[in-house]
Amino acid sequence: MLTKKTIQKIDKELKKFPDDQKQSAIIAALQIIQTENGFLTNDLIAMAADYLDMPKIAAMEVATFYNMFELKPAGKYKISICTNISCALRDADDIVCHLKKKLKIDFNEVTKDKKFSLKESECMGACGGAPLMTVNNQKMYEYLTPQKVDQILEELDS
Amino acid sequence: MVKVWWLKLMIKIKINGKDLEVKPKTSIIEVADQVGIDIPRFCYHKKLSVAANCRMCLVEVKNFAKPLPACATQVMEGMEIFTKSKFTKDTQKSVMEFLLINHPLDCPICDQGGECDLQDTAVAYGASKTRYTEEKRVVFDKNIGPLISTDLTRCIQCTRCVRFLKEVGGMAELGLVGRGEHAEISAYVDKSVESELSGNIIDLCPVGALTSKPFRYSARSWELVRRNTVSCHDSLGSNIEVHVKDNIIKRVIPKENESINECWISDRDRFSYQGLYHKDRINNPLKKVKNQWKEIDWEEAYELIKNKINTINTKKPNQLGILCSPQTTIEEGFLLKKISKQLNTTHIDHRLLEKSFSKNNNWLGCKIEEIESHDSILVVGSNLKNDQPLLAHRFRRFAMKNNSFSIITSYDDFNSTPCLGKIIVNPSTYLNYLLEILKEVQSVTKYKINSESIKNALKQIKVSKETKKISESLTRDKSKNAIFIGHQVLAQIEGDNIKIIAMHIAKAIGATFGVIPGYANSVGLSELNLSLDEVNTDEVINQKKESFIMINFDPYFDYHSPKKITKALKSAKFNIAISPFVSDSLKEFDIVLPMTPPTETSGTYMNMEKRLQSFAAVTPPHGKSRPGWKILRVLANFLELEDFSYDSSDEIKVEAIEEINKNYSHNIKDFENSKKNKIPQGLELISPIRAIDSDMIVRRASALHQNENIDQAFAYINPKTMLKENLIDDQKIKVSSEEAEITIKIKSDEKVSLNSILIFGKQLATASLGMNHKLKIKRSS
Ligand code: SF4
Ligand code: FES
Repeated sequence: MLTKKTIQKIDKELKKFPDDQKQSAIIAALQIIQTENGFLTNDLIAMAADYLDMPKIAAMEVATFYNMFELKPAGKYKISICTNISCALRDADDIVCHLKKKLKIDFNEVTKDKKFSLKESECMGACGGAPLMTVNNQKMYEYLTPQKVDQILEELDS
Repeated sequence: MVKVWWLKLMIKIKINGKDLEVKPKTSIIEVADQVGIDIPRFCYHKKLSVAANCRMCLVEVKNFAKPLPACATQVMEGMEIFTKSKFTKDTQKSVMEFLLINHPLDCPICDQGGECDLQDTAVAYGASKTRYTEEKRVVFDKNIGPLISTDLTRCIQCTRCVRFLKEVGGMAELGLVGRGEHAEISAYVDKSVESELSGNIIDLCPVGALTSKPFRYSARSWELVRRNTVSCHDSLGSNIEVHVKDNIIKRVIPKENESINECWISDRDRFSYQGLYHKDRINNPLKKVKNQWKEIDWEEAYELIKNKINTINTKKPNQLGILCSPQTTIEEGFLLKKISKQLNTTHIDHRLLEKSFSKNNNWLGCKIEEIESHDSILVVGSNLKNDQPLLAHRFRRFAMKNNSFSIITSYDDFNSTPCLGKIIVNPSTYLNYLLEILKEVQSVTKYKINSESIKNALKQIKVSKETKKISESLTRDKSKNAIFIGHQVLAQIEGDNIKIIAMHIAKAIGATFGVIPGYANSVGLSELNLSLDEVNTDEVINQKKESFIMINFDPYFDYHSPKKITKALKSAKFNIAISPFVSDSLKEFDIVLPMTPPTETSGTYMNMEKRLQSFAAVTPPHGKSRPGWKILRVLANFLELEDFSYDSSDEIKVEAIEEINKNYSHNIKDFENSKKNKIPQGLELISPIRAIDSDMIVRRASALHQNENIDQAFAYINPKTMLKENLIDDQKIKVSSEEAEITIKIKSDEKVSLNSILIFGKQLATASLGMNHKLKIKRSS
């Protein structure tokens, strides 16, 4: 069930859109639900869809399109690293390898201690700082090198 | 110079050096299609929104550095387009290479092979070998129901299927989940696709990702012979192309006819062919011997019938009753009428579900194409999605555009249709709502009503807010409106009254009035004036007969009262069924003549807009069965009736059409104040018929009925009614009508009107109840 608090927050988002365009608020609604629950389940997505009068599959499309949405439990720190062209040209692949080795996980996996998870992401529009990654969709780290990555992980881990 | 559109405002463009004048706001691909220039495409479809995601249609346009998608680029003054230049060709080749990267190229084991857009386009525009050596992606197939089989690794993400279900089907049932390389077509978590038009995505899919499940692996496209015919189910008369191999129908696809079915057909039209080969199909005439069917030859069958019929005293009128299905062709109907005359009976009819029998205006009242040209539409009592799935699509499209579509009906199947006014009520109250509208409309237009009984009825009427809104939209200045009543209205005792009032409303506001007829030839047979004004099915059944002839329907399912028809058959001495199938329902018959279904005979149907469509047999008759018209002609010859020497169905058609053109005038009944039909106590039984149960053939089509348990049907009740009646979900109750008592499980359903029980008609488990009665509930645990 969606909690009262969640619904209040979604209602606030809904005010930004006309009454017959409720589905415009789907991204916001999913974000709110994810913050509350940690990740999105099929049921939660369906509830969001029902609440916004939209087909469930359409909400599913949105939830699976953006990699900010988690469809299974993520680590405490979710690292999303861009592998698109600009980053790739700046050796993002090496960073990915390094991360995988260091954390002993592949993309879409969580470390044993549930601290880190790794996600492949698309271009974040900050190619000037390539290669780059974000942590928990919020904080961005640019000009990555293996050494820098180690440092960041250490900071986070402590 | 080729002129594409002749309008005042035209713009000049050039395609491949050829000057054209075209209407602004058209896309390059539309222009190219109009003048017959080929541009390859996958995602673009003229009936769907533009997605521009396959990039196959890229073309070179002068002064643009990059190629432009022809489907998403509008023409502009002075635009020069090159569809055959080197630049365009290179682009096409590159796009083709991209599209094939993840495509499995498994054409030898793909059903689409030989009729695949991807295959054809690859040959015409692609490179002859691949440079891609890496791993290809694999997508797991999903089960989206018994009709459509999926091979999603072949999908090229054109999203035609997604857009179709959303835009035409009315419900987004498929979506593209995931992103980039991981994107795949999916329904919401293991759901099947339920749209009654779902089969169309098989045709739309440009690759072999969506193919027909019943057809799967049963033939190659080049082995099939293609023959055109007309669908025999609903009254739209959809044009279809039947694909035949070794004289067996392998599949059915739409044949484009913009003014009828556009380029779609319903799932009923597409998959019903399976029913033709059901085990109930008979090859030889059957005679009842000690309660067993025994195969006999035609000669013996005719002799037997002759001897029996000759014992009937035809001096006395109406000793013989003739009932035929509304899917009987015009030719067969005409012969039946002629036979009945010579055997001195007027007891002949085709209206099996009706309880109201007035004979005027029983057609759509306008062309199918004209429906959407109205300003405002009111539909009363129709279960559109099941009865006429494609017409429902037209109404929906109208509603989306105009926001002036209103509906008064008992089952709210209009979720995806934006309705201005929506009144979901019991059929017995339709009349009241229409009277309200008439009263309101009358006060605006000052329309004069002469009938005293209507005036009296109007006196007691108070206009509610909801009907006021509908009336307002119907009386807007200079608007051209329409009122349609569903054929379910005529299945009500009050049907004629409802029709009279609806016609008055239409007259008052100068609107189109029409009935949405039920079956393929409902209109044709009423135009043929099969029965006299005073005669109707109920009377044919109720008066004792020596003998009955019943053609092409199942008395247990297709007549609204199984109890009455069984009684009538029992009391007659000799009953003849002419039918493609034999089943338990025919146990009161003495002889069954195997008649071919419409796919194996030539004939003519008249659809809802009074359009005559003739068709020829697409396969030869099954076993020794014969076309209905031949059976009737030979029967008449055996009975030594006069003037039955027809050699072809065409000869009959000529005379039948003369008969139709006679333009019978009918006595029009006056409105009867209905207090005398006392309403018995109980909940009202609403019996809409599901598309897949509507006639003998589709009831036997296996894929359409997969996933269902034939012994079980449900009673759908509004949760509010359940509360009032103290019922709970999934509870088993006993319900009884005047005809029978059955035990049935309840399901709560908000779409059903209050104080009613909805049980779909023509289902094995529930048919005995009869249709559209009052029901009493007896509780069991
Ligand atoms: S399944 Fe077919 S129609 Fe649907 S997106 Fe894939 S290729 Fe297109
Ligand atoms: S047809 Fe134009 S992009 Fe697909």
